[in-house]
Amino acid sequence: MKKPLIAILFALLPAVALAAGGHDVELDKANIDPANKESLQRGAKVFVNYCMSCHAAKYQRYNRVARDLGIREDDVIEYLMFTGDKIGDHMDVAMTKADGKAYFGAAPPDLTLVARVRGVDWLYSYLRTFYLDDTRPFGVNNLVFPNVGMPHVLWELQGWQKPVYETVTDSEGHEHQVVESLELVEAGTQAPAEFDRTVRDLVNFLAYMGEPIKQERQRLGIKVLLYLLVFFVIAYLLKKEYWKDIH
Amino acid sequence: MSSFLSWIDARFPLTKMWEEHLSKYYAPKNFNFWYFFGSLALLVLVLQIVTGIFLTMNFKPSAAEAFASVEYIMRDVEWGWLIRYMHSTGASAFFIVVYLHMFRAMLYGSYKGPRELIWIFGMFIYLCLMAEAFFGYLLPWGQMSYWGAQVIISLFGAIPVIGDDLSLWIRGDFVISDATLNRFFALHVIAVPLVLLVLVVMHILALHEVGSNNPDGIDIKKNKDENGIPKDGIPFHPYYSVKDIAGVAVFLIFFSIVIFFVPEGGGYFLERPNFEPADPLKTPDHIAPVWYFTPYYAILRAVTIDIGPLSAKFLGVVLMGAAVVILFFLPWLDRSPVRSIRYRGPIYKFMLGAFVVAFVVLGYLGTQAPTAGKTLLAQIGTAVYFAFFLLMPIYTKIDKTKPVPERVTFK
Repeated sequence: MKKPLIAILFALLPAVALAAGGHDVELDKANIDPANKESLQRGAKVFVNYCMSCHAAKYQRYNRVARDLGIREDDVIEYLMFTGDKIGDHMDVAMTKADGKAYFGAAPPDLTLVARVRGVDWLYSYLRTFYLDDTRPFGVNNLVFPNVGMPHVLWELQGWQKPVYETVTDSEGHEHQVVESLELVEAGTQAPAEFDRTVRDLVNFLAYMGEPIKQERQRLGIKVLLYLLVFFVIAYLLKKEYWKDIH
Repeated sequence: MSSFLSWIDARFPLTKMWEEHLSKYYAPKNFNFWYFFGSLALLVLVLQIVTGIFLTMNFKPSAAEAFASVEYIMRDVEWGWLIRYMHSTGASAFFIVVYLHMFRAMLYGSYKGPRELIWIFGMFIYLCLMAEAFFGYLLPWGQMSYWGAQVIISLFGAIPVIGDDLSLWIRGDFVISDATLNRFFALHVIAVPLVLLVLVVMHILALHEVGSNNPDGIDIKKNKDENGIPKDGIPFHPYYSVKDIAGVAVFLIFFSIVIFFVPEGGGYFLERPNFEPADPLKTPDHIAPVWYFTPYYAILRAVTIDIGPLSAKFLGVVLMGAAVVILFFLPWLDRSPVRSIRYRGPIYKFMLGAFVVAFVVLGYLGTQAPTAGKTLLAQIGTAVYFAFFLLMPIYTKIDKTKPVPERVTFK
């Protein structure tokens, strides 16, 4: 009798597990490679140059970036630090919360953990889908984060995109204009494929900052599991030895 | 050595305790898979206490510093990330193990006489565990910590007349604040664990007084040999101690897979919004309690009508409370002459199956934003949940049972 019960229990698990996600907009896959140090280094550079004017990463230390990404501390000081901080300091930003709120309507959030809040696919899609919209204060809107307060910081690299609309009829017969795709109207300094790579590097770095220990954690995990498998075999044989005369 | 032991034994019942609880505690020899979860619950309890002690060494119970101190543990404290993931995964593991342990009791009628008190102590342990988890979840001071606690504390506000004052008293402030965090920390690390430990000791003492049940639901003490030892009993140590070590190895394999490869547990063990610091001015789009509370949360939300002066919310709170409290009465609701599901009739098997499905479906619905269809499903689930208990005195009495064998079987 217990077997069907267990079967029902386990059959229901995937349904519960799948329920965790759920997004309105279809997201592009970021396909980041956390083991690629060069990608992480490029991402760190984009981060300090473009993001850190407004966003902090106040739980992340510069020397941890140096250590984990294989960059010499001198190079970090020269190429990644502009504010006269010390190498062991957190990657903080000068802009106060009040200033941020005054400039953008909402204070730019700290980005240390943003990849764990939003997910890498969301970030990859968000950073690539700014489009021209005259109704917005900074002249841009975003497909993934509608009416976002942030300007298109990476415009020099990507250029400007214009929305291509399509008319859809909903179930009640009303017609709506929806953005079908984005079209590049003014080229940036990077070709689209090159820009995608830049964003992927940046997202890779954000994912790294979300959990600097992740790579090491997984490496250690393999060793722990191998140990536990051996331990289980020994424990199981010990149990069998003790139990051989119990019938 | 033996003279040292007798010196001790003359002053403290060491050998006596060792024999009573381990080397001469005779457990039925036919324990199966379901009997691992008791010792595993004890293991997880120890893991939670030990990792918890190390976490308190670096955690700062203040609204201004709590979130940053957790990230400090994750980044700057040596092995802090491992200790923290063990503790956060341990919370969910505790509930998984305890739910399976409770389900075992329902499969084999372990709560039936003479083990009613074991069940009652166990239920109090379960209540303590819920309190412990609730207090602990506020401590990281993330968005879900804050708003989840907000939702749960506001439930007390639904109680007529005293509700508002009661929730004010619980929070220690008009909103969840530093004062709330401080008292939850005290309750989480001292008050509840102390009660929990006492209850666990009582649970085990009561068990060892009457002896363990088994998958056949047979009283093994009825068949004793000439030395007064049950014929179907084997000493817990070494037989079950070595068997449980193998079980521990399997458990640790699953536990480690989560810790080292999916510490967020797909957003169920560590919820995504909780990586954002608590912001009293920004409500998350969708607030869901942690997965182990969601069946009860779904029952709470299933009530949608007011009755007279009583609001739907208050009635929901009452029903949710009743859903937990009714479990205490299980030993007296069950009128079946047999304990184990192996010898019960088809009605009980069907009802238990329906109960499990209802519990899992309610658990799923509790994680979801409500829609008309989902609320209806939650109402059906709630009806099944209560029918299992309230109709039990009837269906366990009329159900056809099979004859119970004299001696235990290996199946």
